[in-house]
Amino acid sequence: MGDPPPAPDPSAPQPSSRRSSQVSEQRSQERAQLPPAVPDGVQQMPLDAQVLRSSQEILESQANLQSWSQGASLSPYEQLAMFQAEEAQLGGMEYPSLNTGFPSEFLPQPYLDGGGIQVPGNASLMQQLQHGRGNVFQELESAYQEPRPDLLGQFSMYQREDLQFSASAQHGPYMSDDPALQFSPSELGFMSFSMQVPEPEPRELAVQNAKAYLLQTSVNCNLSLYEHLVNLLTKILNQRPEDPLSILESLNRTAQWEWFHPKLDTLRDDPEMQLTYEMAERQKALFVRGGSGEGEQDMEEEVTETAVPNIMETAFYFEQAGVGLSSDESFRIFVALKQLVEQQPIRTCRFWGKILGLSGSYLVAEVEFREGEEEVEEEEVEELTEGGEATEAHGEEEGEEDEEKVTDVIPKPTWKPPPVIPKEESRSGTNKFLYFVCNEPGRPWTRLPHVTPAQIVHARKIKKFFTGRLDAPVISYPPFPGNEANYLRAQIARISAATHISPLGFYQFGEEEGDEEEEGRAGRDTYEENADFEGIPVLELVDSLANWVHHRQHILPQGRCTWVNPLQKTEEEEELGEEEEKADEGVEEVEQEIGPPLLTPLSEDAEILHTSPWTTRLSCSLCPQYSVAVVRSNLWPGAYAYAIGKMNLRCIGYDGAQPGCDFMSS
Amino acid sequence: MDAESLLLSLELASGSGQGLSPDRRASLLTSLMLVKRDYRYDRVLFWGRILGLVADYYIAQGLSEDQLAPRKTLYSLNCMEWSLLPPATDEMMVQTSVVKGRFTGDPSHEYEHTELQKVNDGEKVFEEEVVVQIKEETRLVSIIDQIDKAVSVIPRGALFKTPFGPVHVNRTFEGLSLSQAKKLSSYFHFREPVELKNKTLLEKADLDPSLDFLDSLEHDIPKGCGWTALLGADF
Repeated sequence: MGDPPPAPDPSAPQPSSRRSSQVSEQRSQERAQLPPAVPDGVQQMPLDAQVLRSSQEILESQANLQSWSQGASLSPYEQLAMFQAEEAQLGGMEYPSLNTGFPSEFLPQPYLDGGGIQVPGNASLMQQLQHGRGNVFQELESAYQEPRPDLLGQFSMYQREDLQFSASAQHGPYMSDDPALQFSPSELGFMSFSMQVPEPEPRELAVQNAKAYLLQTSVNCNLSLYEHLVNLLTKILNQRPEDPLSILESLNRTAQWEWFHPKLDTLRDDPEMQLTYEMAERQKALFVRGGSGEGEQDMEEEVTETAVPNIMETAFYFEQAGVGLSSDESFRIFVALKQLVEQQPIRTCRFWGKILGLSGSYLVAEVEFREGEEEVEEEEVEELTEGGEATEAHGEEEGEEDEEKVTDVIPKPTWKPPPVIPKEESRSGTNKFLYFVCNEPGRPWTRLPHVTPAQIVHARKIKKFFTGRLDAPVISYPPFPGNEANYLRAQIARISAATHISPLGFYQFGEEEGDEEEEGRAGRDTYEENADFEGIPVLELVDSLANWVHHRQHILPQGRCTWVNPLQKTEEEEELGEEEEKADEGVEEVEQEIGPPLLTPLSEDAEILHTSPWTTRLSCSLCPQYSVAVVRSNLWPGAYAYAIGKMNLRCIGYDGAQPGCDFMSS
Repeated sequence: MDAESLLLSLELASGSGQGLSPDRRASLLTSLMLVKRDYRYDRVLFWGRILGLVADYYIAQGLSEDQLAPRKTLYSLNCMEWSLLPPATDEMMVQTSVVKGRFTGDPSHEYEHTELQKVNDGEKVFEEEVVVQIKEETRLVSIIDQIDKAVSVIPRGALFKTPFGPVHVNRTFEGLSLSQAKKLSSYFHFREPVELKNKTLLEKADLDPSLDFLDSLEHDIPKGCGWTALLGADF
């Protein structure tokens, strides 16, 4: 398009951004969004349906026209005149002058209040549209303030104009199949009206949709297109540079850069908010002694027993073993656990360990609530599942009826999903303890949900790093039922069951209760501390693995500690028709799974690749009289236990079977 | 970890849960000094610890003036007596790739691996089972070499290359700034560069030949899970 735009006509509107922010936004949006989503920009203004429609038509026709090249030979002056007139309608806006719609050059031209709207010649209008996309907004505004009949007149004019240029003359250019249009289907559908006045609602809906789309935040940062354009146009309006369109790209780049590098006040120093400062703030709260009251009372209260264990002592012993976190981190963990104990009704608490993740780690605390303090959440979850089962049963009955009616029926697959094994009750088996996690000492503790057998079974099959966010999805094959919180809980359950050990005799069974003959179940699931335990010499602890026993229940292949027959019919299942019973008869009986009973010595543990799953060490060979016996698990790297007359266990590691090894962990 | 700043580095690296007991720390400090004097190394680094079933290996490396020259590796079972390991060769790598499982902790232990080898006996060709003995020392050497090649990392600016060729420690290096520390491009592999010559001229134009003479971590495959830069008060 070659004619040099003449400057003289003062009142030429231009797609500069000296307008009100609203209009500017629309324009820049239009500019920013290349041909397709042009109508999006329109929604900025609360225009009524007609105005939008006309403007969109203008946009479309403009887009259309742009695909045809410089056919029209309109005099710039005419266009200018036309737009000037429209500008006048808006009133009182000053626009830098602009050359008629040549996309390459837009010379600012002062805006003068002109006369009334003149219905311009079609050709000139079209030319304008062709050249200056932003001009459309001017038309928009003008149209907005015009009385309706004029609008209609313009509208019809535009339509006729479109007909001149468009291939299909049915509804105007917006309905043509021109690939250059690239309008989204919603817009196309929206445009597909004829000469009638459409209902305002679809248009408003489209306005809201488009605005919502613009307000979407970008993937990389928290900025949305809407906000960025607001920033950009405000900046341009404030600075009022000469020839803004030609420096638009650099202005855009500068606005983006400034968003991420906020300007510092040149008179005052603004200290940076660094990550480390924020962390320190959070941890400061830990060190403050909670509660008001007299100092003496506080001291008395704290001397009494607290559920928080003596972490510093255990950290010392683990350090002797060559394991553990630094002492200040241990202290922070201690204070964080103290905070947890204050917040929740906890009877016993233990620092289970730390699990390292890709972008953050987890500190895990193992707690037991006081009697009767179970969360209400458990009940709610159960109700939901029961409701689901009832509806399923109902649905099956209906399905059976339908089948009888239809003669030609697709063969019903005989595969039934394996029955869901119910999870264990709280305070028993795998769910004996509750676990709280947090990312760093100072952050709030999050409670992990109880683990279900299905999750344990699946966790055995996959091996994934933890990311450090509890709500991250676990993408794996076979698909894991749950997110990272569930996977974490399942791994904690597996590690606990496999590696919680104690010296022989430290725990003993209570007096025998119940009948051992009951279905051969491993009936003993409780133990108590042996008051008569005298401790085993450290050397013996190191020499023989038989001196250590597991004090956690083994998890059966089913995923639970106590075996449950999955084929046992519950009351709900019996409501189903006879079909179900027949199917069940064909299935073989499931064998009961039995695992090693509680308090089994370590020497009975299965070997991995001809190596023992445990390694024992003396912590210091130079002074055996004071050293600690350390047992390390070869199955779960990072699980350590020490004993020096007592026992403890800690697990710190990347979790999971050691990468690179060939065996699957049990 | 440099032998001179051993205690500090141990504190900083304690977030992973692996540490050293006080007796080991004390013996390391002492013995590494002696190693440096005896072998005349410019720097002695405590490489780490390899866990074994019966005993653990403590590994140290000695560097000469030229930091990129092949390093000497030493191992010890009790952090006091150090023995030199032979340098790693490719055939060692191949040989030991068949051995799996944990280290036993006994350096003279030999792994047995049966292979089927074709033996020409006159005109007959038959396969014979040959038992190959692989020493644990060899396996140790190749594992250390593999680990070094894969994960030995140094921040940009810590070393610089002189025009004569040798690489020196940069005494003016004060560490990376917070924003630089988060980026993977500010870390290099501490080994002979492999990908450097594959870069385009345009990329090379931006590099500083005295500082950017090693492979960056940025382009390691797999992306996203190969390396993570963690910032934390305790990491």
